[in-house]
Amino acid sequence: MSLSSTENAILPEPHPAARFLRMLWADKFALVSALFLIMVLILAIIGPHWLDDVAVKQNLRGRNLAPFDWSRDWFYWLGADALGRPLLARIIVAAQNTLMVAAGAVLLSSIAGTFLGLVAGFSSPRLGQVIMRLADVIMSFPSLLIAVIVLYLLGSSVLNLILVLAITRIPVYLRTARAEVLEIRERMFVQAARVMGASSRRILFRHILPVVLPTLVTLATLDFAYVMLAESALSFLGIGIQPPEITWGLMISQGRQYLTNAWWLSFWPGLAIILTTLSLNLLSNWLRIALDPVQRWRLEMKGGRHG
Amino acid sequence: MAEPLLDVRNLSVEFHTLAGIVPAVRNISYRLDRGETLAILGESGSGKSVSSSAIMNLVDMPPGRIASGEILLDGKDLLKMTPAERLEVNGRKIAMIFQDPLSHLNPVYTVGWQIREAMTAHGTPRGEAEAETLRLLGRVGIPEPERAMGKYPHEFSGGQRQRVMIAMALALRPDLLIADEPTTALDVTVQAEVLALLKELQRETGMAILIITHDLGVVAEIADRVVVMEKGVLVESGTVREIYHAPKHAYTRKLIAAAPGKGDMHPPLARREPLLTVRDVRKRYGAFEALKGVSFDLAAGETLAIVGESGSGKSTLARVLLRLDEPDSGVAEWKGRDLFTLSPAELFRLRRDLQMVFQDPTQSLNPRMTVYQLISEAWVIHPDILPKSKWRARVAELLAQVGLSAEHMSRYPHQFSGGQRQRIAIARALALEPKLIVCDEAVSALDVSVQAQVIALLDGLRRDLGISFIFIAHDLPVVRDFADQVMVMRRGEVVELGDVRQVFDAPREAYTQALLAASLDPDPEVQAAHRARRLEPA
Repeated sequence: MSLSSTENAILPEPHPAARFLRMLWADKFALVSALFLIMVLILAIIGPHWLDDVAVKQNLRGRNLAPFDWSRDWFYWLGADALGRPLLARIIVAAQNTLMVAAGAVLLSSIAGTFLGLVAGFSSPRLGQVIMRLADVIMSFPSLLIAVIVLYLLGSSVLNLILVLAITRIPVYLRTARAEVLEIRERMFVQAARVMGASSRRILFRHILPVVLPTLVTLATLDFAYVMLAESALSFLGIGIQPPEITWGLMISQGRQYLTNAWWLSFWPGLAIILTTLSLNLLSNWLRIALDPVQRWRLEMKGGRHG
Repeated sequence: MAEPLLDVRNLSVEFHTLAGIVPAVRNISYRLDRGETLAILGESGSGKSVSSSAIMNLVDMPPGRIASGEILLDGKDLLKMTPAERLEVNGRKIAMIFQDPLSHLNPVYTVGWQIREAMTAHGTPRGEAEAETLRLLGRVGIPEPERAMGKYPHEFSGGQRQRVMIAMALALRPDLLIADEPTTALDVTVQAEVLALLKELQRETGMAILIITHDLGVVAEIADRVVVMEKGVLVESGTVREIYHAPKHAYTRKLIAAAPGKGDMHPPLARREPLLTVRDVRKRYGAFEALKGVSFDLAAGETLAIVGESGSGKSTLARVLLRLDEPDSGVAEWKGRDLFTLSPAELFRLRRDLQMVFQDPTQSLNPRMTVYQLISEAWVIHPDILPKSKWRARVAELLAQVGLSAEHMSRYPHQFSGGQRQRIAIARALALEPKLIVCDEAVSALDVSVQAQVIALLDGLRRDLGISFIFIAHDLPVVRDFADQVMVMRRGEVVELGDVRQVFDAPREAYTQALLAASLDPDPEVQAAHRARRLEPA
């Protein structure tokens, strides 16, 4: 960018990328989270091609095989499920479906919810009211009930599942975004922009959105876990992802009946969900600070002290 | 020599932050006798509040730490007391009132309950506390004290709330009252009343008052002695008279020189073609009439000061003129066109001519934009002013014009001090090359010395660029050196409108005279004369 290069000429500031890497290095939790998420992402991309055969191969002699049996092949190290299929391989293969559904639903609902929330908070009261009442309608329906009806009518596919989960989560972002916009639009710097003649679009996207965004990103990472579990509930009811396709949530519900004698069936996919959402949360927390010019020094200061 | 009531010796307070240890107060000593008033005078960041927080045990520890020194009250060191003993001292012997009484009164209890609580918490029987509460509320001048006891804090005006705070502080008859900027948030006339009340109560009870302020006028009005602080160091101390007439330290001299209202007033201008003609502007919010027909003229290169207390409608007028709010009726002719009937496209072009500088630069600058982005935004919105290749050079030029430098371009607003931020806001307004700038309390949030610099900057811009100003303020002395015309407003009406010399030297209306009399002069002699005049009719 020409803008940043001229800035360098005036002040010897580090390149933005280098600066962000240094800030990431300063927060070790965020660093580990980022590495973990990159690993999960890579596994999700290559997993199905690599391990699909192993993951579906039944081995009835190895039913509910206990974990930590180091004498077997590595993909049996976390044990095997009720049909003797290796759990580790299944978790890796399931990562793709799980992340696709969760990320798709979260992205879709957050973008749609944020946009509608911005509009509801900033446009005429009447349009705002219409949007808010629509959100109320969605919220007053039990979300699982909508999902059941829609998926029953449309048939279950990954895309439909994403759509249904996204729609049920829209009001969360919508209401948060609207509440924040109502507060921020009265702030002085928004008034100052209006005095300069800034258009509503400019005020909304240049002045209000950057202030609202950190809250919504944090909300989205929290929602990630919720969506994964909602997806598993639908799969459990038989209208979500159907076997032989697998997701982490489906694995948890499949292992439920063996909880008393083979805990590992539900535990490992559960752990995968927890670690993924925890990493996302830590990373979003870091991102919130790194993107805020007023807070950024906390990270830069820490980096300076350690290295 | 008699033992002083309060003796602060070599007190140092420091704060541990990520940036290292920041000393807030360094090695200060002062003493205060019974029945005496000591003022701690300083600008923001001088450590004046930290030193008194240490007396009340209000310093957050950590990150704060009292590095050295002792605070002797009646010969006993407060810093060596157990928490239980300390609690007994706070409230009973030392009481405190704050700048913003609303945030220091609990909104869910009645004021009567809160004053009684202060007494019952220290062991006064309930019935006795009840009677004493009633007496105190009457004493501090709250009308109908019986009914007032059952009211909640939000039902009182700002000045009355401060009176309630004073009543609460006095409930246990303390030996020492610490007042931290007690009148800064109040209107001038109310400020004078509250200070007079404090003085009266001091005479009655013989308590000592430690008043913390940035305002030389407050010092002149109430204090016997004064200590001046700068950046955590006590630079000078003495009686009010000594300090004002023979300041020894350079900083004190600077402070006194910066006090507004001593320079030459602008000579009356010859009548010229008006740039802006405002006629009979009205605006109501529900049943409340904010503007009841305001009219004035403004010529090019002229400064109109609008002065009024809170609720006078002065800010509403600014918002209406800039079309941030729509007026109910009235005409504002700008170069022959009515501002209030412009189409959106015309209004957009008008924005270039009419700009505004807001009261609090911390809030009027987007915290997530750099200085370069803040100033160049004007040209993003109005692309025909300047081609993009020249933006950087022009921003540097504007920054130089307001007394900053080009290196500041890539910084964010929070990296600047309050005065510098206001300069950035002014540079942003100038970026559009406006004909008229409306300053809504643009210097009220700034320190006195910075205030003087910003006003000088604005006056220079008026001279050099021929920009007209509408300068809104709540305090008369601030506008004295700067305005050509002064308009005094009260409750949505224009009380008086005239040339600056006429308004200051020969005010026609009683309200203007009252405002002038209530504003505090930094000179203790002048202030004593004011006080005497005020007491005469009583």
